[in-house]
Amino acid sequence: MAKDKTTNHSKIKTVLMERQKMKQSLLITGFVITLLGLNVQAESVFVTLEKDNALAIVDPIAGKLLKTVDIGQRPRGIAISPDNKVLYVATSDDDTVKMFDAETLVEIGQLPSGEDPETFALNPAGDRLYVSNEDDNLVTVIDVINKKEIAQIKVGVEPEGISVSPDNQWVISASETTNMIHWIDVKTNVIAENTLVDPRPRAANFTADSSQLWVTSEIAGTLMILDVKTKQIIKTIRLDIPGVSADKIQPVGVVIDKQQKWGYVAVGPANRVVVINAQTLEIEKFLLVGARVWNLAFSPDQKRLYTTNGRSNDVSIIDLENHKVTKSVGVGRFPWGIVSKP
Amino acid sequence: MMECFLINRRLFKWFLFIILYLTQSALIADAQIINIAYISQEQKIPAALSNLDKFVQNKGLLGAQIAVKDNNTTGQFTGQNYQLKKIIVPVSGNVVEAFNRQLGDDISLIISNLPAEQLLLLTGLDKAKDKLFFDAATTDDALRNQRCHGNVLHMLPSKAMKADALAQYMMKKRWNKWFLVTGMAEADKQYAQAIKRAAKRFGIKLVAEKQWTHTFDARRTAQSDVPVFTQGVDYDVLVVADEQGLFGEYFEYRTWNPRPIIGTQGLIATSWHRTHEQWGAVQIQNRFRAQEGRWMEEPDYGAYLAVRAIGEASVRTKSNQMPIIKEYLLGDQFALQGYKGKPLSFRKWNGQLRQPVLLAAARSLVAVAPVEGFLHPKTELDTLGFDQSESACGVKHVDKQLDKPVSSEESSELSGQWQKIKQQIIQKLKQF
Repeated sequence: MAKDKTTNHSKIKTVLMERQKMKQSLLITGFVITLLGLNVQAESVFVTLEKDNALAIVDPIAGKLLKTVDIGQRPRGIAISPDNKVLYVATSDDDTVKMFDAETLVEIGQLPSGEDPETFALNPAGDRLYVSNEDDNLVTVIDVINKKEIAQIKVGVEPEGISVSPDNQWVISASETTNMIHWIDVKTNVIAENTLVDPRPRAANFTADSSQLWVTSEIAGTLMILDVKTKQIIKTIRLDIPGVSADKIQPVGVVIDKQQKWGYVAVGPANRVVVINAQTLEIEKFLLVGARVWNLAFSPDQKRLYTTNGRSNDVSIIDLENHKVTKSVGVGRFPWGIVSKP
Repeated sequence: MMECFLINRRLFKWFLFIILYLTQSALIADAQIINIAYISQEQKIPAALSNLDKFVQNKGLLGAQIAVKDNNTTGQFTGQNYQLKKIIVPVSGNVVEAFNRQLGDDISLIISNLPAEQLLLLTGLDKAKDKLFFDAATTDDALRNQRCHGNVLHMLPSKAMKADALAQYMMKKRWNKWFLVTGMAEADKQYAQAIKRAAKRFGIKLVAEKQWTHTFDARRTAQSDVPVFTQGVDYDVLVVADEQGLFGEYFEYRTWNPRPIIGTQGLIATSWHRTHEQWGAVQIQNRFRAQEGRWMEEPDYGAYLAVRAIGEASVRTKSNQMPIIKEYLLGDQFALQGYKGKPLSFRKWNGQLRQPVLLAAARSLVAVAPVEGFLHPKTELDTLGFDQSESACGVKHVDKQLDKPVSSEESSELSGQWQKIKQQIIQKLKQF
């Protein structure tokens, strides 16, 4: 009996201990979950909605639209400061680039962008902002700290795509009607060289090592790879997609990952993102996304790619490990620019 | 001492002047000059149905001027300079005489904003032999067929292209019983001809055809006339052929049956319209409006495209020579950005610029042709207007390309495309 008692007692003890363990592990898992939960909530994707005059904030992990906030007239280009604290949005019809606190989304300032700003680029330090003024054939250089215009550079007709090299040597401006890439020296704010490219160049982006510039031509349906040293085109890739007529292939946004393994091009009304092997410069595959895909942005860890689809009013989320489109999130009318924040 | 200083100063001034002169002439000498002439004749103010749209003299000129400015912006980077010589003939003037007298021998690229008959007079001249004409104004089908000329490129869509654009959209809507009303003018008859051709091409039924005669009678008004005029016909849409705009507007909301109006009024087919803002069009619309305070119209767009085409060809070939520019324009490399989302190029068989056609209502852009689903083995743009096999233009625009037989590689590529199209059609059928 006593034996029984002791065995019972030890049984109770072990049960209690197990309960304790479970509690602990539950606590730990709970803790981990809350940690994860915090992480989940932390990544945000910001999307400008051209026709809604608003900014959409998306949780890319849950694949959910969190909220939309009014932001100004015809918002298009968007960027985030290197410290992820300030959002810059070109509100084209207000003729300004607005600054917002990236947490609270409260407006904290406006920059003298010149007329009808559409696209712009921040330098790596985040203290200079370069804006394309499409109607005036100008690039405006803005001192972000003092909120002052410091230079205006005459470029070709209808400048649009603009980008700063990661080594902060070059600002390039692509003029859509002149069909040129203008190489602006960051130190002097003067055009050092011009490269004639395929008709209607839209967007351009540097590789992380600043050795190449990738440029899309909307009318020729091509991606051109330029060598930064010689400023010459080293390869032109025709973005033919089987079963899609050539006139629908209108490439716009282009991004290249940090490891320079893959490049991605949004091809507008062809409703696809073209995956390019950045080493061999060959087309790898096509990913079907929403209608009239325009701009692209990586997640901060570069594990996902986000696209704005102007016609289907949504954002597609692409898993870059498997190159699969995992989700589309409805955001509002005419999503245009996109940026993510950890 | 004072005198010496004065002389020195004078000398210095001269010296400065000479330096300035030399550098300036060196700059101009450095740039390659591309000379372009723009010729048009002023018009008598025509009769109009309404006072809403003010008559604008010299429509087209500003289009050319904006394009010259655009070309020169590019030219600063390529070392090229574009100069426009305007020849504007007064209403009572003689176009041939003005052409002979005012056109310098150094100009071989000519933008014509003239009616078909006047343009034909010019192209027939001895002086015109080595000139390339950019027809920025006409839509005549004859000028692109029987009466075509090897040195004329047509910037605006022909009447046939416009009619085909309307027909494609009507097919999509399945509004395929048409009632055609034609005005008395020659241009109206030509437009009606194009409508009939399109109807036949796309299997649309012309259920009735009437002429609007403009008999003047105080008892007749649009309100009482149009219902009677359109009574007793079973149709889907009423097509008006009224190029001058004398009566077409009467029809909307006044027909016996409630039917939409298309053609030269109502839903129109055009190369440019104020409602068009896609593919960067809003940029050029804004730039144009900022200068002139009016909307860009077809002749402006035609002249703009012509000068831009010259710009594109001269930048790419680094040449100001007509034969080189012409060869590039008619070659496979040429792709012009015309705010239509697709590259524009010239048809080698008749010099027509292939381009999307806008279908526009007064305040909204309804569709852009070629309408989705109308397929073509080479480019869907060639579903509009006279295709190579239908062309009656006997003159060769480019000898080399036209004479070249289709290589086996090309033909296999073609048959591949046919296969693709076949499959697409089969898929579509399966969906039904």
